[in-house]
Amino acid sequence: MTGGTAGPLLEVQALRKTYGARLVLDDVDLSVGAGDVVCLIGSSGSGKSTLLRCVNLLEDIDDGRILLEGREISDPLVDQREVRSRMGTVFQAYNLFPHLTVLDNCTLAPRRVHGVARREAETRARALLEEFGLAEHAGQHPDRLSGGQQQRAALVRALCTEPSLLLLDEITAALDPELVGEVLAIVRRLAEQGTTMVLATHEMSFAREVATTVCFLHEGRILEQGPPEQILTAPREERTRQFLRRVLPG
Amino acid sequence: MLVATAATVLVVGGLVLGVVSSPGWPTVQETFLDPFHARESFPAILDGFWLNVTMFLIAEPLILALGLGLALARQSRSPLLVPLRAIAVAWTDVFRGIPTLVLVFLLVFGMPSLGLQGVPTSIFFWATVALVVSYSAYVAEVFRSGIESVHPSQLASADALGLSRGQAMRFVVVPQAVRRVVPPLLNDFVSLQKDTALVASVSLFDALFSARDYANFNFNYTPYVVVAVFFVVLTVPLARLTDALGRRYAERERAGAR
Ligand SMILES: Nc1ncnc2c1ncn2[C@@H]1O[C@H](COP(=O)(O)OP(=O)(O)O)[C@@H](O)[C@H]1O
Ligand SMILES: [Mg+2]
Repeated sequence: MTGGTAGPLLEVQALRKTYGARLVLDDVDLSVGAGDVVCLIGSSGSGKSTLLRCVNLLEDIDDGRILLEGREISDPLVDQREVRSRMGTVFQAYNLFPHLTVLDNCTLAPRRVHGVARREAETRARALLEEFGLAEHAGQHPDRLSGGQQQRAALVRALCTEPSLLLLDEITAALDPELVGEVLAIVRRLAEQGTTMVLATHEMSFAREVATTVCFLHEGRILEQGPPEQILTAPREERTRQFLRRVLPG
Repeated sequence: MLVATAATVLVVGGLVLGVVSSPGWPTVQETFLDPFHARESFPAILDGFWLNVTMFLIAEPLILALGLGLALARQSRSPLLVPLRAIAVAWTDVFRGIPTLVLVFLLVFGMPSLGLQGVPTSIFFWATVALVVSYSAYVAEVFRSGIESVHPSQLASADALGLSRGQAMRFVVVPQAVRRVVPPLLNDFVSLQKDTALVASVSLFDALFSARDYANFNFNYTPYVVVAVFFVVLTVPLARLTDALGRRYAERERAGAR
């Protein structure tokens, strides 16, 4: 996946992002190795989504650097499309294109961005849909699917371009509780297969299970990061303890 | 149901009775509703009506293409297209403001008198152009509202997949926008069908001009009623289609909003 590069797959250095006068990300450093699963946790408004949007270049950054496979992608001269086409992104909701069937959703980028032939793109998409239990929905439009199926389809769509990095932004947050499990099961499977992921989540038990690293964001800063056992059970920072007391049951 | 029927009969019956019993009714019946003159004027009006239909069929696709082009130009972010965007804004502002009839006069009489080499002098040509220009400004605004109604997250999804701005427009935004604006567009179609009658004012032998020709010659206005019936017959199917599509879209929206 990373070829001969020895360094991390993704590296964020001293990232600063403002919206007008509002400082949303402040001096964020993050390093993601191939096969890592990094979970971003933190209360609403702490900057998780913004960090993910900066990484896939949907937002301009004010300061700092972002490197993908050793190359600086935050350079304004970099071809942003090419960079984005190497990452898969799934948002909280409304990912799928409602006027296209699930299959066409999945083949759009491979065909139009990566130049894959239609037949080949469809074969690959069908195989992935099959693998994730969506085979019989390939020909349907998204509005025929449950919310959980839609998010699973969005995940498949993101995988169809064989990205080297997957960015997931609270992909279960808009779902009914009984649908969360089926979506997380897929993410778990991807983690087991060694997919490199950065995901914002509020599912703490899930983070504990799949994460290699957990980052706690507070007011635009990564207050602490480390292995899930440490961050989720014995955090150093008082803020982290407060946050966990609020979100963890009991 | 019964009450509705009774109420309808009562209201319509009352209105008809009121009109029929008015002192001027016999004269009106004679000058506007004469079966003989209706029959006599029918062939010429039908002939003229084909001109209206032809003009509509030529103008409509051009209006759709030009309207969509203008809407896309206004939507573009590329710095290279800034002049195009300015033209699109000016186009909609100016041509939406000019009454269509005035535009017909200006183009039909103005363009040929420029005397430029290769500029057509046909009245039909310039009258059609006038309709295209005028309606493209409206249709552009309809398309624009459709494009703006597509949720920004759709563009973000397209961006995240690596699609270029143009590809995102072509494969994601425009198809959704078009589906949404079909009902208002059909509404504009209906209006355009009627406005083809404006060309009677520049002496094109359309349905209305033929009717006026007959009426002036025979001192009877029945042909105007015949023309009205022609347009109604053409318009009603479109109107029903508009309703049906609007309903279908509303249902789909509800189904999609889980
Ligand atoms: N487009 C925007 N314009 C202005 N402020 C924004 C915008 N997007 C996010 N913010 C602000 O940035 C902060 C971080 O937001 P976000 O990254 O969405 O947090 P999280 O995903 O952790 O809930 C919030 O205070 C939010 O109000
Ligand atoms: Mg968020």
